[in-house]
Amino acid sequence: MQKTTHLFKSFFIEVGELSYFAGRFFREVFSRPFEFKELLRQCYSVGNRSILLVGVTGFIIGLVLTLQTRPTLEEFGAVSWMPSMVSISIIREIGPVIIALTFAGRIASGIGAELGSMKVTEQIDAMEVSGTNPFKFLVVTRILATTLMLPILVVFGDAIALYGSYIIENLKGDVSFVLYFNKVFNALEFSDIIPATIKTFFFGFAIGLVGCFKGYNCEKGTVGVGLAANSAVVFSSMLLFVLDFIAVFVTDIFFEI
Amino acid sequence: MNQKQHIHEVEGLSTKTRMLEIKDLRKSFGNNHVLNGFNLELFEGENLVIMGKSGSGKSVMIKCLVGLMQPDSGSIRVMGKDITKLNRVELDDIRTEIGFLFQGNALYDSMTVRENLEFPLRRHKQKFGDIKDTTPLVTEALESVGLAHTMDLMPSELSGGMQKRIALARALILKPRIILYDEPTSGLDPITSKEIIELMRRVQKQYKTSSLIITHDVDCARVVSERMILLVDGTNYAEGTFAELASSKDEQVKAFFK
Repeated sequence: MQKTTHLFKSFFIEVGELSYFAGRFFREVFSRPFEFKELLRQCYSVGNRSILLVGVTGFIIGLVLTLQTRPTLEEFGAVSWMPSMVSISIIREIGPVIIALTFAGRIASGIGAELGSMKVTEQIDAMEVSGTNPFKFLVVTRILATTLMLPILVVFGDAIALYGSYIIENLKGDVSFVLYFNKVFNALEFSDIIPATIKTFFFGFAIGLVGCFKGYNCEKGTVGVGLAANSAVVFSSMLLFVLDFIAVFVTDIFFEI
Repeated sequence: MNQKQHIHEVEGLSTKTRMLEIKDLRKSFGNNHVLNGFNLELFEGENLVIMGKSGSGKSVMIKCLVGLMQPDSGSIRVMGKDITKLNRVELDDIRTEIGFLFQGNALYDSMTVRENLEFPLRRHKQKFGDIKDTTPLVTEALESVGLAHTMDLMPSELSGGMQKRIALARALILKPRIILYDEPTSGLDPITSKEIIELMRRVQKQYKTSSLIITHDVDCARVVSERMILLVDGTNYAEGTFAELASSKDEQVKAFFK
């Protein structure tokens, strides 16, 4: 019982500290000086480090989803619905969530480990002494970079996933590229694309925020660096599912009205 | 009456400008009272060594000095300005006059040696202006530590002693008037330690800096110090020249020099 109380207590303390950290981000993001050069460097780094992973993941999602669904649709004589079904699943849910999860695995752990090791080796202190606000230089730029880059990566990953799906359809059903993508765009509506894209900004923000929070508050030497990297992935992945639920819930309410 | 020993000032120091002045500095972490009314004066051109056991509050004191930690009470004046009352811009301004050599060097490991040295230059534009070509300043700082050839290497490609020298070059690049050394010889072999101590003396002559050196290395203190303060339980236990303290009859003081 005491252990459970302690767990709950530490969870709420963690959430409180994370909220305070997010509040500091919003205070610092709008105040001068702006670290544009570092932001661009981080955007390039975050995007470049993830693009291959996102491409491969997207491609495999497209292949697998089509291969798994085909037999069922064939049974009902509804194979012609394949592009519509696959595109809606990928654009609305599977693409953003799976790509955000792989992004979290790659980027949140990287940020957690990088900032954690900077913290334990006093590099963050050295930055402060050098007249730089380390929060602005390290944290704000990284959170902005993940927030801006994830939606672009998701769009890229979704496109690759649809292309993967097309390849299977082309091989198995002899469907042309133009026909397949005509059916995809006929099925998709703005109400599928816009909410799905908006939620990826929140996913990106959450991944950057948790990675930076864990790394920036890293303690206990090199062991702490490992813990920071590990818990950054676990916590950000959990947060993604919570955010996804909220996003779907809000979208549902919005479109029912 | 406690055992506090006040072996007083080396002659002539009181007439010099005070670069640093700490009065009644206190800092606690929960129930752990790390600094209990520590006092310090560093005069222009002086080498002052602070010696103390691990956990005696040396690093906390030096972090309070550059504004990395806020003291609970007391005043810290750097070149006449109380840094506990400065805003961020004013604090950054005063930091251009302080070079800090970290215990673990704190070189940015994702940057080359050149980028490490350029970093403070680009940040403190108010001192040097917006420098287009930083190469002459970087080269000068690297030459002063004898490592001009390492400019394009990464810190991980350098030995511990070389990293320490690069960290010193980075501390010197803004041409500060005060240098703070946090355990400059810790983790180094005896030969490299001697080289670093010699370098510290050479740098002080070349750049005419005032130095505050935190160490528990007696050899370093003997060679470098002009005056010493022994820090025990977060307060000044004894003060004087190396020779004065080394010949003290006080058991606690003698323990430092065994």
